[in-house]
Amino acid sequence: MKLNIVVLAKQVPDTRNVGPDAMTPEGTVNRSALPAIFNPEDLNALEQALRLKDANPGTTVHVITMGPGRAAEVIREAMYRGADGGYLLTDRAFAGADTLATSYALSTAIQHVCPNVDLIIGGRQAIDGDTAQVGPQVAEKLGMNQITYTEEVLSLEDGVITVRRHIDGGVETVQSPLPVVLTVNGSAAPCRPRNVRRVMQFKRALAPMELAPGTGYSDLPYAGQYEQKPYLKIAQLTCADVNADLQQCGLAGSPTKVKAVENIVFKAKESKVLTDSDEDINGLIVELLASHTIG
Amino acid sequence: MNSVFVYCELEGTKVVEVSQELLTKGRKLANTLGVRLEAIAAGSGITGKVESQIIPYGVDKLHIFDAEGLSPYTSKPHTAVLVNLFKQEKPQICLMGADVVGRDLGPRVSSALHSGLTADCTSLEIGPHDDKKSGKHYDGLLYQIRPAFGGNIVATIVNPENRPQMATVRSGVMKAQILDPDYKGEVIVQDVAKFVPQTEYVTKVLDRHVQAAKNNLKGAPIIVAGGYGVGSREGFGLLYDLAKVLHAEVGASRAAVDAGFCDHDLQIGQTGVTVRPKVYIACGISGAIQHVAGMKESGIIISVNSDENAPINQIADYVINGTVEEVLPKMIKYYKQNSK
Repeated sequence: MKLNIVVLAKQVPDTRNVGPDAMTPEGTVNRSALPAIFNPEDLNALEQALRLKDANPGTTVHVITMGPGRAAEVIREAMYRGADGGYLLTDRAFAGADTLATSYALSTAIQHVCPNVDLIIGGRQAIDGDTAQVGPQVAEKLGMNQITYTEEVLSLEDGVITVRRHIDGGVETVQSPLPVVLTVNGSAAPCRPRNVRRVMQFKRALAPMELAPGTGYSDLPYAGQYEQKPYLKIAQLTCADVNADLQQCGLAGSPTKVKAVENIVFKAKESKVLTDSDEDINGLIVELLASHTIG
Repeated sequence: MNSVFVYCELEGTKVVEVSQELLTKGRKLANTLGVRLEAIAAGSGITGKVESQIIPYGVDKLHIFDAEGLSPYTSKPHTAVLVNLFKQEKPQICLMGADVVGRDLGPRVSSALHSGLTADCTSLEIGPHDDKKSGKHYDGLLYQIRPAFGGNIVATIVNPENRPQMATVRSGVMKAQILDPDYKGEVIVQDVAKFVPQTEYVTKVLDRHVQAAKNNLKGAPIIVAGGYGVGSREGFGLLYDLAKVLHAEVGASRAAVDAGFCDHDLQIGQTGVTVRPKVYIACGISGAIQHVAGMKESGIIISVNSDENAPINQIADYVINGTVEEVLPKMIKYYKQNSK
């Protein structure tokens, strides 16, 4: 069975390495100040999609990502690993979106580029927000069923998918007819590495935004290739391209508002500072035993 | 109209802990707003079994949905229950657990109702809000407070215009407390077919294994937790050695879990377990707010860290400047010597 698969992926700031300029005064994330990476669980999602492609000849896997021009990197990375192509959903009107406005934009894009989608697969959650909301919200907007916390696709036969998923304190095996939205847990199989041949083929794939004058790419010696090799053009979609209602996009379409943001300053306690000497540690243990804190 | 709703998650006919914690919080929020507390329980064969587990938390109205296909939980039927009930009742606030069920259900419901949802709140309060752009003033909004952005900030989120204001909260963050064992609340057994069309029963659960948790982090009086500074999976062995002599449980920070030093179910913090032990021994944990959110209520905090400026040292009662490899064996040695 040939499947139309859309993978939702996000380029995220690496929240494990954060500097003081990470937030704007408005309380939104200052993405330009941080290293950007492929959201880890979206890579687990890509792997599940590629396995289905391996098992079902004729299947196509396309990545949709929403973000600024540099988010096209996510699409290239997915292509290196086996995705057929991707779409960069990019527009100032999408800026400041909460999860609901994001899922609205993504669902309009999916309807636009892949109206007959069989499977939408994304990571369970992104490390910059940890909300796990976008997958189920997209499913609801498209009227599709969902399977969250997916660990492995066990089978897909006659339009019915069987999935093992993580639940609190255990696992569950569930079955759903297609189309369905899967969100994939970090405990699922890791993504396959880049394929060298595909890296050579797609390393110059660029979105029109990246090719625009002034970005440094337009004067490259290989700029002419884009006319001859259409597969090197990463499709770029704006709000208008996907017929999205402006009122439901970006800040305007976000019911949740950030009221206040506080940087973390711990309230300092009077703490006893010890060294790692035998004397100090012995003293601590004796003290804790005497107060019946331990033992 | 004008009520606080809590979605009560069931394991069979038993109301799970996080729902009891949220009922307690929901009662307080309802008191502040001067509105009713209502609860939803959806499952199979639950009528007559769940009421006494829910009403004593001060629930004024319990909506029971009892039908074959509602247990075990699947996404679409439970979504239909909440969406259609909320269209009818128009609640102010809806709370649910930030576990697999709540995080599967909450976003779907919020998407259908176009209402805002904040995940993994660590605190909920009621207060006013002035919208700078529109100049509008709002009273009695739900402040949804959560660490964000890898735990480097704490954000207060509000939903000024859309209802219900939805929030999920992790297990252990709030405390469960029965208000009155004889509380008088109304019970309504709803006609499920009116809320859930037959076409919604699409997911088949073929097989389900739920085990009791492998660890007892939530109930442990002493926890030895390791962070990135432990350095390796082998390094965690030392933590287990110390935990063994102290009869403690081993926990971890997200950095240690992400680095593969230990299993995911040991994670303490906003996206892990929230703990309140008597003694918390933080080994090589820097103390991102994400982690601190899950352990700051601990009785005595001991930080073992080679970085004397680690943020966690500021909330620690005892700071030991040293490496895990140096300090832990000594702690074991002197505990053995002195406890006899």
